[in-house]
Amino acid sequence: MSETSHKPSAVAHAATAPTRRELYEAGVRKRSNRVALLSTLAVLGAIVVLVPLAPGWESVQRAFFNGRVFAATFPGLLEAFVLNVAIFAWSAPLIAIVGLAIALCRDTRSPALFPLRLFGIAYTDVFRGLPVVLVIYIIGFGIPGLGLPRPWNSPYIWGTLALVLVYSAYVAEVLRSGIDSIHQSQRSAAASLGLSERDTMRYVVLPQAIRNVVPANMNLFIALQKDVALLSFIGPVEIFRQAGVYKSLYANFTPYVGAALIFLALTIPATRYADYLMNKQNRARR
Amino acid sequence: MKTIATASLAFVLTSTAGLADGHASCATGNTLTDGVLTIATGNPAYYPWVMNDDPESGEGFEAAVAYAIAAEMGFAADAVTWVRTSFDEAIQPGAKNFDFNMQQYSITPERDEMVDFSAPYYTSAMAVLTTQAVIDAGAEASLESLRNLKWGAVATTTALPLLSDVIQPDSDPLLYNDNADVNAAIMAGQIDAALYDLPTALYLSAVVVEGGALLGQFPAEQSETPDQFGLLMEDGNPLKECVDAAIAALNESGELAAIEAQWLADATGVPVIE
Repeated sequence: MSETSHKPSAVAHAATAPTRRELYEAGVRKRSNRVALLSTLAVLGAIVVLVPLAPGWESVQRAFFNGRVFAATFPGLLEAFVLNVAIFAWSAPLIAIVGLAIALCRDTRSPALFPLRLFGIAYTDVFRGLPVVLVIYIIGFGIPGLGLPRPWNSPYIWGTLALVLVYSAYVAEVLRSGIDSIHQSQRSAAASLGLSERDTMRYVVLPQAIRNVVPANMNLFIALQKDVALLSFIGPVEIFRQAGVYKSLYANFTPYVGAALIFLALTIPATRYADYLMNKQNRARR
Repeated sequence: MKTIATASLAFVLTSTAGLADGHASCATGNTLTDGVLTIATGNPAYYPWVMNDDPESGEGFEAAVAYAIAAEMGFAADAVTWVRTSFDEAIQPGAKNFDFNMQQYSITPERDEMVDFSAPYYTSAMAVLTTQAVIDAGAEASLESLRNLKWGAVATTTALPLLSDVIQPDSDPLLYNDNADVNAAIMAGQIDAALYDLPTALYLSAVVVEGGALLGQFPAEQSETPDQFGLLMEDGNPLKECVDAAIAALNESGELAAIEAQWLADATGVPVIE
């Protein structure tokens, strides 16, 4: 009863002072902030205090977080990482081109081009279904084994081809989903304006389709950056292999931690950027 | 005749028993499982170190040495069990699933800081594995000639320091996971030559690599830091003294040399690289 009698005065104050609801909500926010802070501190504290209490912590620390080994191997790892970046840099454009070509193969509509469509389907099915390592082995050792002369048997060439084959299959599928997302009415509209099928694709469908799938493709390229390390299986000494060499020489896993840090320094900003693009796109659509 | 046989059998039995008693004290309570010696080897274990990937047979140099060491430590052959580990499993922190690990581990001071090694049981020369085609193309057993070759090696071996410090090839070597991948690269013509320990190289050139040949060897005596194989053990393993004593005894009695002569081919025919 007394609550109702107070209500008019609260409303009168609304313009100047916070309402009781606002006060209440601010209190809830403060309280949940405090709880979040406390629980985060408790978890961090537990990790920092409890993990070193584990009986094997010292040996784990010596094997994975060894400062001496880290300092001795980190410069060599950085040097080897240049090769990863180089392989990535020449693979990425090739993947984009081949991926687009395969996506267009799958979108052909003329009956005469059915073989092309079939090829596109077979290609994506096969190369998305195979583990990357397997393709790298088969192509990296198999094709040079046919008796190609140097330098045409280089593991760099055939390893790159293996990466391009596998990743372009994924990129093709992503692009195809982008092409499919463009409504048929747009093609009809383009046709009614007198655009040829080719120009419709070039000027109407693709610009929208590619824009729609940029974030998904960013994720693929982040994955590619990590999979470049798989080329080490057929010879190139990139960062993962170099870390393995150091691991073997020092009987210590710290070089892998160093390599992981270098990877993260590149992939975290890239992932954040992909997320940013995705959010921006979602906002624009709303 | 029968009495003599029985008597000699009895003598053998008592002498082995005496041997077992003498060494039992150092191994007792220090193995993973009481009364059993657990030995690790590679997966697969390669010829000529272990024949047919079957260490239980005791055939092959390392398998034979393992059983000889076990006998010196007082373990009968049926008290020896085998497990398989990779290199990474052998050096990972935490409890090990073996008493000692035997797969051509080279002893280096860096590794010794993380794990324990026994006294060396073999000192290996390093050898250059290549193909007849490369030799026909003019490759010679000299450092200048070796420098021009395209090199490969297994990434986890100590062949690498020798390659980068002594041979100093003109182009960066390519590195691989295991012997099989190096051989594939040689046969695909992606590399001219690979560096292996001599017994492995002899086997690969004769049996595995098509048209394989040995260009030359770097003898152990010539090297400042020869490649010595030791048993790998967990850091601070109390069994180390016991194992070292067994290896020393095998060395003195000449048994180690006899096993080496039986399982490892004579390599005097391979030219020496100065």
